[in-house]
Amino acid sequence: MSEPLLSVRNLKTYFPIKSGLLRKTVGYVHAVEDISFDVNDREVLAIVGESGCGKSTAGSSILRLIEPTGGNIVFDGADIRALTPEEMRVKRRDMQFIFQNPYGSLNPRMNVRALLSEPLRVHFNLSEAQTREQVDEMLELVGMTPDQLTRYPHQFSGGQKQRVSIARALISRPRFVVADEPVSALDVSIQAQILNLLMRLQRDMRLSMIFISHDLNVVRHISANVCVMYLGRIMEQGNTALVYDRPLHPYTQALLSAVPSRDPLLKKRHIALEGDVPNPANPPDGCPFHTRCARAKPLCSQKIPEPVTAEEGHVVACHLYDK
Amino acid sequence: MDHLLDICGLRIETRRGGGKAMLLDKVDLSVKKGQSFGIVGESGCGKSITANALMQLLPYPLRVSDGTARYQSLNGEKELLSLPAEEIRGLRGREIAMIFQEPMTSLDPIFTVEYQMFEALSFHNKRIGKREMHERALEMLRSVKIPRPEQTLRSYPHLISGGQLQRVMIAMAMLNNPRLLIADEPTTALDVTIQAQILELMNGLKAANGTSIIMITHDLGVIAETCEEVAVFYAGQVVEQAPAAELFHNTAHPYTEGLLRAVTSLDGDRADMGRSTSQSEAEAPHQNELYTIPGMVPPGGEWSSGCRFRDRCDRAAPRCAEALPALCEIAPGHLCRCFRTGEEVEAR
Repeated sequence: MSEPLLSVRNLKTYFPIKSGLLRKTVGYVHAVEDISFDVNDREVLAIVGESGCGKSTAGSSILRLIEPTGGNIVFDGADIRALTPEEMRVKRRDMQFIFQNPYGSLNPRMNVRALLSEPLRVHFNLSEAQTREQVDEMLELVGMTPDQLTRYPHQFSGGQKQRVSIARALISRPRFVVADEPVSALDVSIQAQILNLLMRLQRDMRLSMIFISHDLNVVRHISANVCVMYLGRIMEQGNTALVYDRPLHPYTQALLSAVPSRDPLLKKRHIALEGDVPNPANPPDGCPFHTRCARAKPLCSQKIPEPVTAEEGHVVACHLYDK
Repeated sequence: MDHLLDICGLRIETRRGGGKAMLLDKVDLSVKKGQSFGIVGESGCGKSITANALMQLLPYPLRVSDGTARYQSLNGEKELLSLPAEEIRGLRGREIAMIFQEPMTSLDPIFTVEYQMFEALSFHNKRIGKREMHERALEMLRSVKIPRPEQTLRSYPHLISGGQLQRVMIAMAMLNNPRLLIADEPTTALDVTIQAQILELMNGLKAANGTSIIMITHDLGVIAETCEEVAVFYAGQVVEQAPAAELFHNTAHPYTEGLLRAVTSLDGDRADMGRSTSQSEAEAPHQNELYTIPGMVPPGGEWSSGCRFRDRCDRAAPRCAEALPALCEIAPGHLCRCFRTGEEVEAR
């Protein structure tokens, strides 16, 4: 296989905890702790996990919306972390972000035309007519009509706003997008419309995408590969079908069993997880999951498990699979 | 089984731009003793205001314009919607308890959990002593499996995680051993593993105490896990109602069918329970395109005449615009508001 478009190695993002009168740093929240993965050209990689597991931070760190603390990010041959702010700004033409909450990510004082023209103005030097042309074209691609161009965000429903957000992210024709929970804020019947739109655009515009979600049903449908995160670490990653059909990590197994079945006659057996996710400012020693894991061994509380390739395209970090 | 609650012809309206807008239109529901009743629908379909109306918690300018809700209380039948404030306060939190969507915002941040649990107890039982309250509160927290109940009692809400707070809310709701528990999206703000814990807990409490539950949610998975009877709301009306197994396996209304098919499911690549697979494959242009219901949920009160779903229905006929279909019984205990299913029954 050729070089991956995006290659992330040992990415770490810590947030300082400040306390006291002088705001001294007393510790760090290890939001993202040593994660590595590749995204190939035109591939959709999903990052899935519960709230607070660091999936959104990981997405933002890749685009340096949050500065990572350590690790390497190579996008299309360029070392992202070594770029100057100006170079990074230019790079963002190729790397875009779709935010979770369309209510908060669109400027309420700009109408749709202004919202969509802005990225073009920032990244390209186009004439007025060319800008108009591009905006009209993008608008059609996301399934909106020209009469909506003069409207403001508050005049749209959540689904329509998310269409505007998607158009705004894709108008600079990026090669790579991070979509952070793009459908979580939407109604069920609207979610399917937006997911279809995203999948169609991903195919037609030949996009690579990181799709961040807590919804396991959605992830299964949209992604080719998946990373399961817990407390800032990747517990299991690999081909989506493999991970869903044969989950290896006890956490992935519990997560999948917790999804309600849509058939009342088919009562699923839940793997009960006791308690809550530990505080990421004070993660347990060893495997981060051992405090809730039913199959934890003494070793699990001492040593962090290394990722092991269990089968072709399926990697798990758990002592149960140590060779 | 006896009926615990009978809602009849419930109508809720609001004022808008000088006129009136109908938000809930003639809803009839009945909940039996010990039953878990699911109300499912998308935002703006009227499911939450139905619950709030029962507790007389509708915010101004919403008001009940018509209908009755007869509740069999321990002291005889009560009509909830017209009950004087004094009497409804006596029922709230005692016979009828409610759990809200956001556990983080439904507890008062300036009081400890203990204080708020004591308030719920002493309000309905003036003679109860401090020690007894403490014991009852502890016992309740243990029954919802809070790890450190003593410590939790002394904590302020912000120190407790969302999943634990929802347990506290359930414990508080169950303190006075209510006969009806109304849960308005109790797990929407929670993660799936926590959701599974909470749903199991609610199922357990229902089995142990015989509490009836009204479960309001937009998630058909939650319904499938917990409910015996389900009503599907759309645009302020019940469009389909049936026992859960019947609803999921013999889906009749196009909207319910759309909801089931619009979401992927772990049970299979697509939740094709409502319709045969061959038909949906033929319609789908791409192999992995999700089924969608076109258009969007109409905003409250702005409903088209005739069938309210017809603008989004792929099988709408001219007559659907002419009159509103009635809620007909298409199989024993299975109600559906659609001309098409009604006719199929007559043709048989």
